[in-house]
Amino acid sequence: MLLILTVLAAALAAVVASRGRLHPLAGGAVGLAAASATTWTFAGCALGGDVTGDNTGVQRVLAVAAVVTVAAGVARTVAALRAGGGPAGEAMLTELRSGRFRTGAWLPWLLLAPTLAILAVFLYYPSFQTFALSTKLARMGAPRSADVCLGNFAELLVPSPYLVAGLPPAAVAVVAGLALWRSRTTPGTASHTAAAALSPLGPIATVVALYFVFAPGRTGYRGVYVATLGISFGIVALSMTAGLGLAYLVARRFRGASVYRTLLIWPYAVSPPVAGILFFMMFDPTAGVMAHLAGVVGLDFPSYRTDGVLAQAAIVLAASWKWVGHNILFYVAALQTVPREIVEAAAIDGAGAWRRFVRIVVPTIAPVTFFLLVTNLTYAFFDVYGTIDYLTRGGPSGRTTVAIYEIIRVGVGTGDLGRGAAQSVILFIAVIGLTVWQFRRSEGRITYGGGA
Amino acid sequence: MTDNLTISVGRRGPFTGRTWHLHVLSVVCVLLIGFPLLYAALVATQTNAEVFAFRLTPGSSFGEHFHKVWVERGIGRAMWNSLVMSTLVTVAKTVLSMAAGLAFVYFRFRGRSLVFLGVLVTLMMPTEVMILALFRVTSDLGMTDSLWALVVPFAASATSVFLFRQHFMSLPAELPEAAQLDGAGPFQFCFRILLPLSWNTIGALAVVSFTYAWNMYLWPVLVIKDASGQVVQQSLSALRATDQAISYGPLMLGALLASVPPLLVFLALQKPFMSGMAISDK
Repeated sequence: MLLILTVLAAALAAVVASRGRLHPLAGGAVGLAAASATTWTFAGCALGGDVTGDNTGVQRVLAVAAVVTVAAGVARTVAALRAGGGPAGEAMLTELRSGRFRTGAWLPWLLLAPTLAILAVFLYYPSFQTFALSTKLARMGAPRSADVCLGNFAELLVPSPYLVAGLPPAAVAVVAGLALWRSRTTPGTASHTAAAALSPLGPIATVVALYFVFAPGRTGYRGVYVATLGISFGIVALSMTAGLGLAYLVARRFRGASVYRTLLIWPYAVSPPVAGILFFMMFDPTAGVMAHLAGVVGLDFPSYRTDGVLAQAAIVLAASWKWVGHNILFYVAALQTVPREIVEAAAIDGAGAWRRFVRIVVPTIAPVTFFLLVTNLTYAFFDVYGTIDYLTRGGPSGRTTVAIYEIIRVGVGTGDLGRGAAQSVILFIAVIGLTVWQFRRSEGRITYGGGA
Repeated sequence: MTDNLTISVGRRGPFTGRTWHLHVLSVVCVLLIGFPLLYAALVATQTNAEVFAFRLTPGSSFGEHFHKVWVERGIGRAMWNSLVMSTLVTVAKTVLSMAAGLAFVYFRFRGRSLVFLGVLVTLMMPTEVMILALFRVTSDLGMTDSLWALVVPFAASATSVFLFRQHFMSLPAELPEAAQLDGAGPFQFCFRILLPLSWNTIGALAVVSFTYAWNMYLWPVLVIKDASGQVVQQSLSALRATDQAISYGPLMLGALLASVPPLLVFLALQKPFMSGMAISDK
């Protein structure tokens, strides 16, 4: 029964993947990553074979899911290759002009050699190692390791194979159904508008499904998932809206605008640990200025060292403050590309300032927004480590323990490389998924004027 | 915001009296953004007693704090370590990426697309995701507690290769042909023609690489255990993790000192950085 369900889901996923407008290069990358991941994963344990430990049902489900991913990735790559690479991929590769210098073939390789060598040793190899380690019981400094198949992953999930097998395919079904509905309707009709309006349901379904799939408690991953989701979303939302607002203010030409621009951008030079220290001072329950100001107004300022929500807010504030300069920088550049004639024409037609901003400026700079979404998410996922380490150390009671912090805590703090690597793989999949999503979304955007 | 001001986005116009509220708004925003740093600068001069009293005037302990931070807690040495590391990373990254960009744009060789794809894929692979395995690899190579561990893994960067590739492709396609007609080889072409045309890109990349390297925290914490080799972002924790209560002044001073070099680099290279970013945006 379980197997039939998953095979059905696999078929569905493969079809969706091969029909979707996935970026061909991204598709190839996913296929490559998934293929290498499963090769390593199944080196020690064949499907339904010598699965050991607890949660064998969950492990079998995960094994099937891994196969499905590879099938989808390969199907997608084959489809992309048969379609001739697609417009974007073709452009990306033929953009490489034919060479001009006719020296021996060794010269370009010599130029590339250092870069390729470093990438091979410090990037490709460690990423394969991460997948390999994730299936092992390995300890820091210990030469021996034991195979645990998918046990490291299964521990993080709820023990019920039905839930693990049921929810992700359900989320996939929602996403696929919505995409199908949208592609069948013609633009301009009411049903198309409805389908477009419902399209955020797909990501929401995925987020909710993952919440129920990750197990609660100390060994489970639900707490880390919620903390990562909340803090990352907070940072992205705050630093991007603040960045856009401030960029909109100083992108105009008035005397001194460039000075204000520089003064607004410069926290960008501050490091994440220093941002943590500065906000550690400001939010200090006894000596900090926030508590003092709250006291002046007559409010009782709770301590972020015991209040989980306030601790998360402090992290979000500190990290966004450090990063807002980056967003201002890109938004100022993007705002220069907004065609002035269209904005003026809209003003003549009687569109108010807010309406012009929402209807003309925001759509024009959408490509930059999507680009920034990925850089902001990467920042919120990884660079926040230093801020957290100096500000909250993951506390109170794990409320600010985000994915990267937990990886280091488990992998280095307790020396459990295998479990740490398993969490790294989860984060890896999330990053690749988000990048692919960004590629797809930004390709589908139509813009007037320049942009990224 | 009044209508005519919103329209004037991107318009080059004379200074008018109507922009005063833009100035007010900008100053408020600048003060808000600058507040954590201004507050830190104030605290850096005060004793703990003055901090608890919330005095808004600078204290008298700056010199004392400086001595404590710079000499006793070794921030001076740590900043030197950071400077060496960041400079090496910046130089290595620039040279290697420029060479790779050169190979991709001005040469034709078997497997170029495949190699390019291989570099492209790494854009999706942040180092932090595989940091445990990376740590294991560097340990196996015997590089821990050395400058090598801080520099070598970051000397190659897909992003920088792309930045250079994009820049080279935006240059006129006739350049290499003309150079060849004049009898210039690839190296002469690179140093005599490409280099003078690439300062903006190099400047932008230098700002990004230097700041990135200077601000690295997680990786140095993992690979540098020896106190004398610590970089500044690590050694700041020595200011916080005292056995007694925290002295806030030295902590803030350390945080500010650690932020000075990237800020100087940013200010010095602001022009090429801005125009370099604009190029990479296309």
